[in-house]
Amino acid sequence: MARILPYLLGGISVGGQYALIAIGYTMVYGILRLINFAHGDIFTAAGFFMVYAAASLPIYVSVAVVILLTIFMGVLVERVAYKPLRSAPRMSVMISAIGMSYLLQNVMWYITGGLAKRYPIIPWISNSVTILGYTTKRVTIITPFLTLILVVALVILIQKTKIGMAMRAASRDFETAQLMGIKIDNVISFTFVVGSALAAVGSLLYFSNYATVTPVVGAMPGLKAFVAAVFGGIGSIPGAVLGGFIIGISETLTKGAGLTTFSDAVTFALLIIILVVKPTGLFGEKPTQKV
Amino acid sequence: MKRNRIPQFFIIVGAFLLLLAVVLMLDNVPGVPVMLLIVLRKGAIYALVAVSMNILNGFTGLFSLGQAGFMLLGAYTYAILTVPVENQALVYQRYPNGGIGFSVTESLGRVLGQPGLLLGVIICLILGGIVAGVFAYLIGLPVLRLKSDYLAIATLGFAEIIRAVVQYEKLGPITNGSNLLSNFTNFSNFHLGSLKLDTVMPFVFAGVCIWVITLIINSTYGRAFKAIRDDEVAAEAMGINLANHKRMSFIISSFFAGISGAMLAMYQASVQATIFKAAMTYEILLIVVLGGIGSISGSIIAAFLFVGSSEWWLRFLDNTTVLPNFNAKLLFAIIFAAIVVSIVFLVVYRQNKAQKSRPEAVGRGRKILSLKLSGVITLVVGTLLLLGDLRFLISPDLQVPLLRSGFRMVVFSIIVMIVVLFFSRGLMGDRELPDLFRTRHKRL
Amino acid sequence: MSDNVLKVENVTMQFGGVVAVDNVNLEVNAGEIVSLIGPNGAGKTTAFNVITGVYPPTNGVVYFEGKKIVENYPRGKMKKLYKTENNGAYTHAIEPTPDKITRMGVARTFQNIRLWSSQTVFENILIAKHCRVTAGLLSATFRMNKLEERRQREECDELLRILGLEGVRNELATSLPYGQQRRVEIARALATQPKLLLLDEPAAGMNPQETQELTAFISRIRTDFRLTVFIIEHHMALVMDISDRIYVLDFGKLIASGTPAKVQNDQRVVDAYLGVSEDA
Repeated sequence: MARILPYLLGGISVGGQYALIAIGYTMVYGILRLINFAHGDIFTAAGFFMVYAAASLPIYVSVAVVILLTIFMGVLVERVAYKPLRSAPRMSVMISAIGMSYLLQNVMWYITGGLAKRYPIIPWISNSVTILGYTTKRVTIITPFLTLILVVALVILIQKTKIGMAMRAASRDFETAQLMGIKIDNVISFTFVVGSALAAVGSLLYFSNYATVTPVVGAMPGLKAFVAAVFGGIGSIPGAVLGGFIIGISETLTKGAGLTTFSDAVTFALLIIILVVKPTGLFGEKPTQKV
Repeated sequence: MKRNRIPQFFIIVGAFLLLLAVVLMLDNVPGVPVMLLIVLRKGAIYALVAVSMNILNGFTGLFSLGQAGFMLLGAYTYAILTVPVENQALVYQRYPNGGIGFSVTESLGRVLGQPGLLLGVIICLILGGIVAGVFAYLIGLPVLRLKSDYLAIATLGFAEIIRAVVQYEKLGPITNGSNLLSNFTNFSNFHLGSLKLDTVMPFVFAGVCIWVITLIINSTYGRAFKAIRDDEVAAEAMGINLANHKRMSFIISSFFAGISGAMLAMYQASVQATIFKAAMTYEILLIVVLGGIGSISGSIIAAFLFVGSSEWWLRFLDNTTVLPNFNAKLLFAIIFAAIVVSIVFLVVYRQNKAQKSRPEAVGRGRKILSLKLSGVITLVVGTLLLLGDLRFLISPDLQVPLLRSGFRMVVFSIIVMIVVLFFSRGLMGDRELPDLFRTRHKRL
Repeated sequence: MSDNVLKVENVTMQFGGVVAVDNVNLEVNAGEIVSLIGPNGAGKTTAFNVITGVYPPTNGVVYFEGKKIVENYPRGKMKKLYKTENNGAYTHAIEPTPDKITRMGVARTFQNIRLWSSQTVFENILIAKHCRVTAGLLSATFRMNKLEERRQREECDELLRILGLEGVRNELATSLPYGQQRRVEIARALATQPKLLLLDEPAAGMNPQETQELTAFISRIRTDFRLTVFIIEHHMALVMDISDRIYVLDFGKLIASGTPAKVQNDQRVVDAYLGVSEDA
């Protein structure tokens, strides 16, 4: 037990971070039926925003700036790459998303020269604490709680507010929602606002655990968060959260078992397993086909 | 109709042989830029992968993102089977008794000389394809029943898994773990007399494979694939078994991706799992999109353009450049401004014309400019670029701004995004090269 | 066994708690033209979808030429949800995919035309022949099936000639006027060499003259191709003109059947279409 504990804690923590990113994937998929491949790069970009913001601003101000910039970027990506293709075939939009991901990665590589940037230390959350005789950064402990708080807030937002209702309507039937007078562009933008904000928070937590950011470092956590979203049933927020934790924990436990090469592969093995056993994910709905 | 078809066949074969002759010449004449040869070799290989991806994405309407994974399987299968026995100790340094203890190409080569070596290469290429095809079959079993999104997700995941698996320490004696596999039979082992065949061989292999793919696409099975792409429900109602045909298409696509992976290994003369990342699949997908989804000739042309611009023509964007004097700077600034102005003018002019001729715009009074959002953005970006140009001109600096390592890929991905957003049909749409010379829509 | 081509026995189709087709029994005999009519939402297309294998029924059996082709019984969640009769009458599940049923000899058209949009008229019909291809992938790729291919192409051209479509042979199918697209769809269904043809609202969106032409067309193909035809239709002119027998469906239930004259005078049919007034 004592040997597993650190891995378990680490898993819960990284799982929470995946969950925060996964929500962005799942919400966008729920409304646009689009796998937003650029989401992982927005997550990375949030890391770089922090690097550059913290260089000139006080640390807490830069946290706020990072979140705002990430939101702006998420909405910008939607406006530039997805909005013009709203009536195009789904495959075109998916390709546009891949192209956007490619562009963001290349721009980040260009700006940073491909070098790893030192991630600033955020006081308090980067401090060490000792829990059950095991020393870790405080961020490890905070992450799951923060994740849950944010998710609860999000669920309240979706269930109780007007914009939340509009989002639910849009995810059920895009066109009818539009006909019923819902300003679909606003709803979609809002979805990207929420998704990007959560990705920014996820990025703050994730990179606090690592010393550096590189342009491609976001690809893997992005992909894993995406798998988490699929695992939980893409389109479902509780599914994404649960999926995030499951993926995070199984990943760190694999590392704990000494199979580090497979820590990435195990995620995808889980993906294949769920696709075989329950293709719609844990909480996904079965689509109906009309002839 | 009938009379027409035989000459066309000969024209194509003749053109291909001519192309091979030119390529053979380029390979053996001194003074040909080495970059050109690299682009031709890599372009031929990428053309094959792009076409193989097009079978699935363009002709069957399935969206797979596993191309890099299947290429990896092909590359490793080929490499493992062809490392000569005496090189195995060297290649598998970290694994005593590593390697499979024989080499297909070497054994055949010893018995039959160059033809045997060639035979060995062909056998191993095909085996590489078969291994990829078998894996495609296995993945397809659960996933092809689902909506196409899930195929994309599962294949993407598979590519990541397979990359981790071949690097697994315990498989090291066969796959060499995370180390390079090298010293296996490659294109430079072949000569025709004293002629080098380094560039001709990829052309021949890719050409034959693409020819076979074209035959498949135009066969009754290819037509069934297109029916599935156009309307799955109708295809099923007309007696086409969806599961079988989708699986068939997926396996064919992966088979040829495997072969192209093996060719890539031959071209590089070494192979390592780390290069077969998702980014590679994305690049191939972008080639398919640039060429036109559903166009074989489009994919081929786009592959060469893609490889050419990313490896060669846009290279200068990656080098910091200092101009020698003010005159050169003036010239540079003027040329740049001219390019920007003409592009902006073209876009704005065309859009303005199109917008004004729309029925709802007629009779709404005279407006000097009537633009969509994209036109306005072009105008703004153009103005900013001109201002930047001006600033560069009046500054004392002689170094061209922005040009440094990484800028090539930025420009490149912007071009790709422009194509995706504004020219979504790509170079060729779903037409083929011969269609361009015909006026009416007439096939068969 | 009688000479019925199609026999639907106690078929129920339930979506969740909604009963779309309720314990329907019907028969179509060889060489007949039979119509299935009913108000919107009566479950006609659902019945077609069950017969052609698009979805398995919740309960019941479908026979084609005396052979059981589809069978199902309430299972899983449906056990509790199942609302209507004959629960427990069947214990097997036979759920062929639509393509299998088509290869047995049942072809259909769609309510909203579903032609392959990037293909020409000729290609649309040729592709429908694919289900009769005997050549494997390899022999088809390397053109070792030339004889079969040529025969199929000739059959398609013949079909186009018989149906008067040779003039639009090389046009894109979806670029044709609506009425002709319907014809192409029927031609495509015929290309699969069916014994039973199911037409889902073939006259939808047609004007009276086009409808008349279609009526003649359907009668003609029945004799030319020795077909049995089963039609869903709203155009009463066409239905009364062409049908040997008619089945009437309302809220998933069969409410009347018989010759056109008999059905026309059936009070329940009139009520179903016009509604029953409250104080009657």
